[in-house]
Amino acid sequence: MNTKTKRQMVTIDGNEAAAYVAHKCNEVIAIYPITPSSPMGEWSDEWSALGKKNLWGTIPQVIEMQSEGGAAGAVHGALQTGALSTTFTSAQGLLLMIPNMFKIAGELTPTVFHIAARTVATHALSIFGDHSDVMSVRSTGWAMLSSNSIQEIMDFALISQAATLESRIPFLHFFDGFRSSHEVMKIELLNEEDMRAMLDDELIHAHRERAMSPDHPVLRGTAQNPDVFFQARETVNPYYLTCPGIVEKAMRNFEKIAGRKYELFQYVGAPDAERIIIMMGSAAETTQETVEYLTPKGEKIGIIKVRLYRPFSAEHFINAIPKSVKSIAVLDRTKEPGAFGEPLYTDVVSVMSELFMNGKLPLTSFPKIIGGRYGLSSKEFTPAMVKGVFDEMKKPQPMNHFTVGILDDVSNTSITYDPTFATEPDDVVRAVFFGLGADGTVSANKNSIKIIGEDTDFYGQGYFVYDSKKSGATTISHLRFGPRQIHSTYLIEKASFVACHQWFFLEKYDVLKYAVPGATFLLNSIYGPNEVWDKLPRHIQKELIEKKMKFYVIDAYDVARKTDMGTRINTIMQTCFFAISGVLPKDEAIASIKNSIEKTYGKKGIDIVKQNFEAVDQTLANLFEVKIPDKVTSKIEMPPPVSEKAPEYVKNVLAKIITGDGDTLPVSAMPIDGTFPISTAQWEKRNIALEIPVWIPDICIQCNKCIMVCPHAAIRVKVYETKWLKKAPKTFLSMDYKGTEYKGMKYTIQVAPEDCTECGLCVDVCPAKSKSEARVKSINMKPQPPIREQERINYDFFLQIPDVDRRTVKIDTIKGSQFLRPLFEYSGACAGCGETPYVKLVTQLFGDRTIIANATGCSSIYGGNLPTTPYCVDENGRGPTWSNSLFEDNAEFGLGMRLTIDKHNEMAKELVQKLSANIGGQLVNGLLNANQSDEAGIYEQRERVKILKEKLSSLNSSEAKSLLSICDNLVKKSIWIVGGDGWAYDIGYGGLDHVLASGRNVNLLVLDTEVYSNTGGQMSKATSRSAIAKFAASGKSTAKKDLGMLAMAYGNVYVASIAMGANDLQTLRAIIEAEAYDGPSLIIAYSHCIAHGINMTKGMQNQKLAVETGYFPLYRYNPMLVTEGKNPLKLDSKAPSKPLKEFTSLETRFFMLEKSYPARAKELSVLAQKDVNIRWKIYEHLARTDDSENKKS
Amino acid sequence: MDITTTYLGLKLKNPIVPSASPLSYTLDSMKQLEDAGAAAIVMYSLFEEQIAHERSELLHYLSHGTESYAEALSYFPDVQQYNLGPDDYLEHIQSAKKSLAIPIIGSLNGVSVGGWNEYAKKIEEAGADAIELNIYYIPTDLNVSGAEIEKKYLEVLQAIKQTVKIPIAVKLSPFFSALANIAKKFDQAGANGLVLFNRFYQPDIDLETLEVQPNVILSTPNAMRLPMRWIAILHGKIKASLAATSGIHTAEDVLKMLMAGADVTMMCSALLKHGPEQITKVLRDLENWMTENEYVSVQQMKGSMSQKAVADPAAFERANYMKSLHSYK
Repeated sequence: MNTKTKRQMVTIDGNEAAAYVAHKCNEVIAIYPITPSSPMGEWSDEWSALGKKNLWGTIPQVIEMQSEGGAAGAVHGALQTGALSTTFTSAQGLLLMIPNMFKIAGELTPTVFHIAARTVATHALSIFGDHSDVMSVRSTGWAMLSSNSIQEIMDFALISQAATLESRIPFLHFFDGFRSSHEVMKIELLNEEDMRAMLDDELIHAHRERAMSPDHPVLRGTAQNPDVFFQARETVNPYYLTCPGIVEKAMRNFEKIAGRKYELFQYVGAPDAERIIIMMGSAAETTQETVEYLTPKGEKIGIIKVRLYRPFSAEHFINAIPKSVKSIAVLDRTKEPGAFGEPLYTDVVSVMSELFMNGKLPLTSFPKIIGGRYGLSSKEFTPAMVKGVFDEMKKPQPMNHFTVGILDDVSNTSITYDPTFATEPDDVVRAVFFGLGADGTVSANKNSIKIIGEDTDFYGQGYFVYDSKKSGATTISHLRFGPRQIHSTYLIEKASFVACHQWFFLEKYDVLKYAVPGATFLLNSIYGPNEVWDKLPRHIQKELIEKKMKFYVIDAYDVARKTDMGTRINTIMQTCFFAISGVLPKDEAIASIKNSIEKTYGKKGIDIVKQNFEAVDQTLANLFEVKIPDKVTSKIEMPPPVSEKAPEYVKNVLAKIITGDGDTLPVSAMPIDGTFPISTAQWEKRNIALEIPVWIPDICIQCNKCIMVCPHAAIRVKVYETKWLKKAPKTFLSMDYKGTEYKGMKYTIQVAPEDCTECGLCVDVCPAKSKSEARVKSINMKPQPPIREQERINYDFFLQIPDVDRRTVKIDTIKGSQFLRPLFEYSGACAGCGETPYVKLVTQLFGDRTIIANATGCSSIYGGNLPTTPYCVDENGRGPTWSNSLFEDNAEFGLGMRLTIDKHNEMAKELVQKLSANIGGQLVNGLLNANQSDEAGIYEQRERVKILKEKLSSLNSSEAKSLLSICDNLVKKSIWIVGGDGWAYDIGYGGLDHVLASGRNVNLLVLDTEVYSNTGGQMSKATSRSAIAKFAASGKSTAKKDLGMLAMAYGNVYVASIAMGANDLQTLRAIIEAEAYDGPSLIIAYSHCIAHGINMTKGMQNQKLAVETGYFPLYRYNPMLVTEGKNPLKLDSKAPSKPLKEFTSLETRFFMLEKSYPARAKELSVLAQKDVNIRWKIYEHLARTDDSENKKS
Repeated sequence: MDITTTYLGLKLKNPIVPSASPLSYTLDSMKQLEDAGAAAIVMYSLFEEQIAHERSELLHYLSHGTESYAEALSYFPDVQQYNLGPDDYLEHIQSAKKSLAIPIIGSLNGVSVGGWNEYAKKIEEAGADAIELNIYYIPTDLNVSGAEIEKKYLEVLQAIKQTVKIPIAVKLSPFFSALANIAKKFDQAGANGLVLFNRFYQPDIDLETLEVQPNVILSTPNAMRLPMRWIAILHGKIKASLAATSGIHTAEDVLKMLMAGADVTMMCSALLKHGPEQITKVLRDLENWMTENEYVSVQQMKGSMSQKAVADPAAFERANYMKSLHSYK
């Protein structure tokens, strides 16, 4: 280690480490959000917005593109004109870059793309890490350099930058998504001097000299023919041959500068190893840890960490392998179905064979080589598995093409291992924390690692496991602290400290399974040290006793309340950790926490610092040790994760995923093609609401608005015959129906107590107030626990009451439409989500005949993230059928569905005609000429199809069988193409435009949150001027794209701009009209969002103000009106009646610009107001325009 | 004719001062006020509570929903630098001082001793000629006595007097049980002026939505009676300057207030309604009236109709109330 230079130690994650070097070493950065690489783009944008300069004293230009394909194109252009340019991406994003990557490499252009490697979507999407994306681009001609740890990410980002400039080969610098991109670790920060020393300015000048310039013009990117293309392609070979040497040279140079030694193929282990593993990525760290644990015990084993995977240097590779090696296991973190072996395995076999063939293999004999797959989609890879692989290699006939880490009971590929094997040393403190997303646990833990990393010589590591739900999300933090760099790239299984920050986790998870004997358990409990024992579930008591643990309690919410901290218990729980974990001396730790509070909040106000200090002090006064009795006394058992009534598949498979035990499911438990049953969210009773709405019938005016706005379908209404009340539970409420349609019937609003997320939207929109106490509405939030059981029984009873006959419902009224059963329920969307009420409404209106194509994004996550789905069926078993293809192709995906439906409808009609003799004239006539414009018509057609099926089943002809397979398409189907603004305005716009132009009958529902919500609020072209978003850290400087206007330009597209909170009736009518229109329809639905930084309870009020201020005008453009000689555009909102500021001041996304860049905020807010005024004038003009031209035609 | 006056020790060219209002939000409108003849301007109020509220809201929403879901660990960029204090307000004072020749009086509405002090110091540093402490507090707590509230106010004033050197005016509410006594106490605690009175905006009830709504109603000339009485009572009995505010719309209103004993008269509603040029009109009318009635200076008429100076001092007291009721009959 070079001790001359004392560099700063920082605690950062992999994304920040890569972005830090990339931002310093580039001039043009083109970005696009995709998990888990988005933060690299976000860092770059933020740093440029803050004026941070690169090595050459200029602020890199950062631009967000419309897709990764666009980013790669922009980088290609920037490189061609001589800039140092980069981008960051993952998974599908990388695949979209492939065409440009071939070009960039073909033109020998130096650049480094930094990749957080992620699973490519196949049978399912996964945001987690493996090498399926980077392995998909290995034919592009790019060099591929793999980083295994956070320190390496920083180091290799620089090494690859140096190597690309010299070699002219573009570099893919990759590291494992999440495990490395999001792991927080203490590392040494390279400084500018280091970077400068690594990068040769002459090479940069040479790059610029090769650039396109009209001052020395060239032609590049020609079209070539069979005569010369091949020869030209072979010209680059010398560059690939010299590249490994250049990388090696850069590594040597780096070693001189920074002291860390890297090899192209780095061997660690016994010098006389007989068994070695070859692999790359973060799991190599775990393998190294295992090798270093086992070799002192006499095991002759080792690991080769592949760093430079492409160009693959056989020479460097073979030189790294000890001559004693007899057996090799090559581990790939990817799967290539149908291939002879996975890529690294086949490379190793090829290289060894070739060397052997040429007589150049320096080993005593040709070793046994086996290949295996591990760790797909961030599947854990532990020392136990490593040992399992080494043990397998000992066998005379080791399994080849194996899997490790799963139980493959279908193809029997998995090798066995002893899961209890562990390598972690005792001097590493290991702590596991269970938190709720909203309680700040993860932030506190990240802060603790920083404190320990920066205030002591200890090394710290943090990895965080998040929920797939966006509301009531559980987080599990895994923290390690130790005297050496930590190589354990796997979750903690044996913790010396376990903290449970929410009481209800005790009934949900086996939190103490992580605890080692003698470990400390910290519980946030409303019960004090003397009463808590009797309240604990049995299994917790048992483990506390058996493991002889230490047990502490604190009532963190009480301390938070008393110290004005609200519901943020992060500082409090963090203080407890430091006070009792022993990781630092207590006083020193408390001083460090206070120091950190000052650093974090100092600039934000002395009062906030004081509040936090007070919280720290009060924590220490309220933290108590509990004396653990000798005997288990509790009778409280963990409730089953799903109801006994649930289907077997839910109980046996999905329930395991719900409890966090999905890893134990064997291959046979999974569907072969990614197909899952629907109606499963109903079984996952999450009980996340502390308060739920309670109905007071006396005050209710039966407007059904509460039902319409509920994002989770957790408040329902039914109108029904009185007779159903006979068996009603005692507390079940009902009232006479008000109105003529269902005169004499009963009416009930019922809450699903265990599914409600406590968002409060229903209470907020309720217009009915008590005449004697105005604060009391017809529905009011009340604590859930005391009424949970009673309301659960009431809700079960409510669900048994039959739904109203759809044919009797006035669907074009709010009240009527809400009697239709939602076929989208209890989603994991954020509490108070602004998108889901629209999705739910579509399923109410047309769900029993709807096919949904869903773009990737929030709606695909709350729609289709395991374990359960909110889409469900009605009493006839019909419901929406749903699929997600990609982010970028959703409009086309949906159009394809339409084409099938239309084709099969046409074929069915043809067959009906052909078989008319067998079917019968009247039925044929009915089937072919059915009017399906309303529920009654659809009902009748379904009845006809039922009879048709009966008739067909008795026929034996191939035509009859064919008709039987497609005759359901004689009933009208509704295609809904659903996605967010990132899809519609940006990445999918080309396809969306084409689909609109196709004239086909599809309905595109754009859930417009004006940012990429799912990936954390990045700017899209739907973002309004002056809003701050990620990638627009200093406020967006251009106006929102007018997607509706672009669509209207076609003339034959139905277009609607809707905002439920502003005008629910217009929303309803627009959706009905869009569906009824026999052509393309585009609905742009304003969706308030957590990414706006608003009070979600009042989301609908924000929507109202958005419309009143003209920020989001409402309209419907109905091409059908043209045929009636009317102007197709109808404005549904009034001229702006309030200044824009009234709306923007309510939303953090606008407000924070005033607080961060006041001068720019003033300038942009004036322009934003102008945007509103001008758009309104244009719309007003268009809506007024006489349409006599159309009349004539 | 000499229409100059002295308020808080500041020599003013006339007795018309626009009180704290949205008219001081921009430099442009402040300039218009100066051009129309305003002798000084009281800035709109800096609300400590609002700053604290904005700050906690911002911090709440920046962290709301973060670190919960793997794809969206945050929803906003970390812009690092937030202007969460009174910086805008202070910059505004600084630029007003640069662009305007007349005195600028900062206005501060606080809730805590620390807050009052911190911000008063900053307002002084920004260049304000004086500070008006706007005591805008509705004591709704049934357990807090008038004495406690008075004590708190006096502590605030004393603390600020120790912190800043520029003159301090206290803008009072009329709802003290012993107004004369508290005026004296403020005077003794070092207040350089008293502004009578703060108008509380009284909320309204919306019958449609059954909600309580803030509803600003501009003052009418009737509102001036209350401050006029108390200025008449206090004039000559305390050292502090007296400023009259509420319901001053015309030159007649100004004259009456000056005669009652005001050193300056503060206008707001009339300016919001008619624009800054109303000051020009009032000044012209004031001078015309003085000419017609042969007054030579504002100084001369100041307090000429105060309780001390009138023939029937009881006219300003309770007896006067009985009489007016009788006269109404």
